[in-house]
Amino acid sequence: MAQRPTDNIGKYLHNFPGGLKLRHHKALSCCKPLPARYLPLSTEYCIPVSQHLGQPAEVVVSVGQQVKKGQALSTPGKTGNAPGAFVHAPTSGEITAIEKRPVPHPSGLNSLCIVLQPDGKDRWVELEPVDDYRKLDCDELIQRVQAAGIVGLGGAVFPTDIKLQGTSCLINTLILNGVECEPYISCDETLMKQAPGKIIEGALILCHVFKIEKVIIAIEDPMDVCNLELEQSISEFNAGDCVEVIRVPMLYPEGGERQLIQVLSGHEVPAGQLPISLGILVQNVATVAAIRDAVIDGIPLIERLVTVTGAGIREPQNVHARIGTPIADLVDFCGGYTAGIARLVMGGPLMGLGLRNDQLPIIKASNCVLALTHADITSTQPEMPCINCGNCVSVCPAGLLPQTLQTVIRAENFEALESLNLDACIECGCCDYVCPSHIPLVDYFRYGKGEQRAQAKEKQESDIARLRFERREQRLEKQQAERLARHQRRKRALAGSSSKKDSVAAAIARAKARKQVLAANQPDTNSETGKGENS
Amino acid sequence: MNFSRGFNNMGSPHLPPENTVGKIMLQVLLALLPGIAAMTWFFGAGILIQIALSVLFAVSLEWAMLKLHGKPVRLFLSDYSAVITAILFALCIPPLAPWWISLIGMIAAIVVAKHLYGGLGQNVFNPAMVAYVVVLIAFPLELTRWLPPRGLAEAELLPGLLQSLQTIFSGHLPVNLSWDAITQATPLDLLKDGVEQNRMISEIRRAPVFGNYGGRGWEWIANFYALGGIWLIWRRVISWHIPVAIIASVIILTLPAWLYDPSSNPIPLEHIFSGALVLGAFFIATDPVTGCASRRGKLIFGLGVALLTLTIRLWGGYPDGVAFAVLLMNMFAPLIDRYTRPRAYGKPR
Repeated sequence: MAQRPTDNIGKYLHNFPGGLKLRHHKALSCCKPLPARYLPLSTEYCIPVSQHLGQPAEVVVSVGQQVKKGQALSTPGKTGNAPGAFVHAPTSGEITAIEKRPVPHPSGLNSLCIVLQPDGKDRWVELEPVDDYRKLDCDELIQRVQAAGIVGLGGAVFPTDIKLQGTSCLINTLILNGVECEPYISCDETLMKQAPGKIIEGALILCHVFKIEKVIIAIEDPMDVCNLELEQSISEFNAGDCVEVIRVPMLYPEGGERQLIQVLSGHEVPAGQLPISLGILVQNVATVAAIRDAVIDGIPLIERLVTVTGAGIREPQNVHARIGTPIADLVDFCGGYTAGIARLVMGGPLMGLGLRNDQLPIIKASNCVLALTHADITSTQPEMPCINCGNCVSVCPAGLLPQTLQTVIRAENFEALESLNLDACIECGCCDYVCPSHIPLVDYFRYGKGEQRAQAKEKQESDIARLRFERREQRLEKQQAERLARHQRRKRALAGSSSKKDSVAAAIARAKARKQVLAANQPDTNSETGKGENS
Repeated sequence: MNFSRGFNNMGSPHLPPENTVGKIMLQVLLALLPGIAAMTWFFGAGILIQIALSVLFAVSLEWAMLKLHGKPVRLFLSDYSAVITAILFALCIPPLAPWWISLIGMIAAIVVAKHLYGGLGQNVFNPAMVAYVVVLIAFPLELTRWLPPRGLAEAELLPGLLQSLQTIFSGHLPVNLSWDAITQATPLDLLKDGVEQNRMISEIRRAPVFGNYGGRGWEWIANFYALGGIWLIWRRVISWHIPVAIIASVIILTLPAWLYDPSSNPIPLEHIFSGALVLGAFFIATDPVTGCASRRGKLIFGLGVALLTLTIRLWGGYPDGVAFAVLLMNMFAPLIDRYTRPRAYGKPR
């Protein structure tokens, strides 16, 4: 039998090109306290309808309606095959508004949100737990995962049910991604220490349903204590023969799905394909824990662990926050800001999203609220010309030439971007971080990608227009040809019946006949002439 | 509690780079210090005067060009790139060369090679090597007046600091000295002439300017340059690829000839420890702007420099060829980079 890419997975660790050793900053927030505390109820929750990758969901509640905790507020709708996900009420209360509000999104545009005023009772809807997950089949599990609104909690927020749908029977290895490679973020590590059982049980559910042979929990080297917690939990579940914890060296951006696969298996996921092509499914540890909650307890995804950290926060820690909580409430809970606060980021310092203010809600993608001070973000030098030092090339995990891409984008030579593989850029920010000239490379790449998309769209549109024009030309040509053919047919028909002289002679003959008839029988003239002309 | 406050929401990443161009160049300067010290020890204070002169001219010209371009002067002067160019040039010219050699060299380097091409990061050719080649071709006499290294009998005659200053600015030696008395052919000159006259290597090497494995004095200077260069590699200011490629290529290319006939071919170490090869390998060919960016590209660049240097040394008209080799490879650098692109993740080659 041919060797599969997953056969020796995890046996040896491989390298991925590039990467950065960054200062960790995790001790700031990790496991302070353990278990993490729950945020008290906020006065208002603002739940964006579109928190996932894909189509916005369809709102199924109306203003003034009373909802219970865990009740679905919007459904994926019938948008064809574009992915979508359920969104649920984080607590019981009244829907006070359904309107466009600011959300944490790179576009900075407002987006449709459901605003919920809690009644303080926090009453659940009736939950439907499963007694024995071993009785579940593929479709039932996927349907439950969908109904619970689970999306990838590592930050990509791709609807998990869609990811699982493509999976059936093709995979043999499940990688649980516990490699939080970005500095500051520690919510996954906290989860692994606080509730390792949930992760293991979630993995076992997926194993059972999808007939997965092997589970690898990948954690970063410095997370050694959580290694022990996970091992203990594995032995509690008697899962030692299929679940394995592997520690990978600390190197950013190793937590990227494709980088992690490369480290564990030595294989690259081919461009344009998914990890399934290697027989691998990668899930974030928090996603798997959420799947467990959805299946065993019937609880939808209405809260998540959020790291609130950075030198700009007085008491950095991890908290359980409900989806829709204003970020300001989290900051308040953690003692407020320190004096030097300058930038608020949702996510990590390398790939996170800079926020305009703290009134934005926590969404399913919010793994971290990072408050950076002036000292953290102040550049020691303005942007200077590229000196071609090649540092960016040596740290790029995607094997690109950032300095060349940058000059090409500056020259607005967008056609060259394809051959330079800009699409392989994961915007990890490694090149930016090592650039001695302080060139905002990732900003250039985002701009370049946008232009590439715009050009592709323009090309598509012009292709359609051209096609339409060509079709029209063809149609006109065809019509013209038909008309010509008809014309010629008629001409031929006329020519076939008689020549011009003949017809003149015939007309004269007719006229003579008519005269004769006229002479013979005057009142019948009209009908006779009609006949003569028709013949 | 201040709830709704505005933040600066620029794009990721949110951590500014720690490195700056100025920091890189400053480390290169530091790494040159041991070599400069060794050079001064062997050839006298003239070296320091040449460095001071070149730096003065380079910074003044840089200032003027930045003003003309309307670029931020302080920012670009504090990147120290002009200082590095000046020092590398000063280390290549004879210690008692007249002052206008530096001036012409720095005009060629800073005005022509750097700013006429668009300034920092835009130059195609290594400015220090352009300067050196310009003065070498234009003023061959002044550029061959190398002094005897300390340790030779002639070195006792060398002028001191004041006399050196006087010589450099007046162009004339003190009355008790003559150029013929104190200038000395470099080991590479002797080697070239000797081989052309079909003399045995062992016979050529009997001349007092030869040391244990390279030129007397030169071998030690090279060692100190290498020391600084290795520190730069350890600090990750430069990558190991270019220096290793140059030195390894020189050894590999000259080893067969030496093994075949050691009496008429110098030992590979002789090639490495004479002339500007070590300085070139660690400090000149590693100039990022005019070199290659990818790792494989750097290896090919280094191989090219070694090959051309040896070609010029063995068959060309000049005793040393590092400067010409570097300039020629500068021309090839974009092409090499074009053909040594790394493979992008998940894409076929």
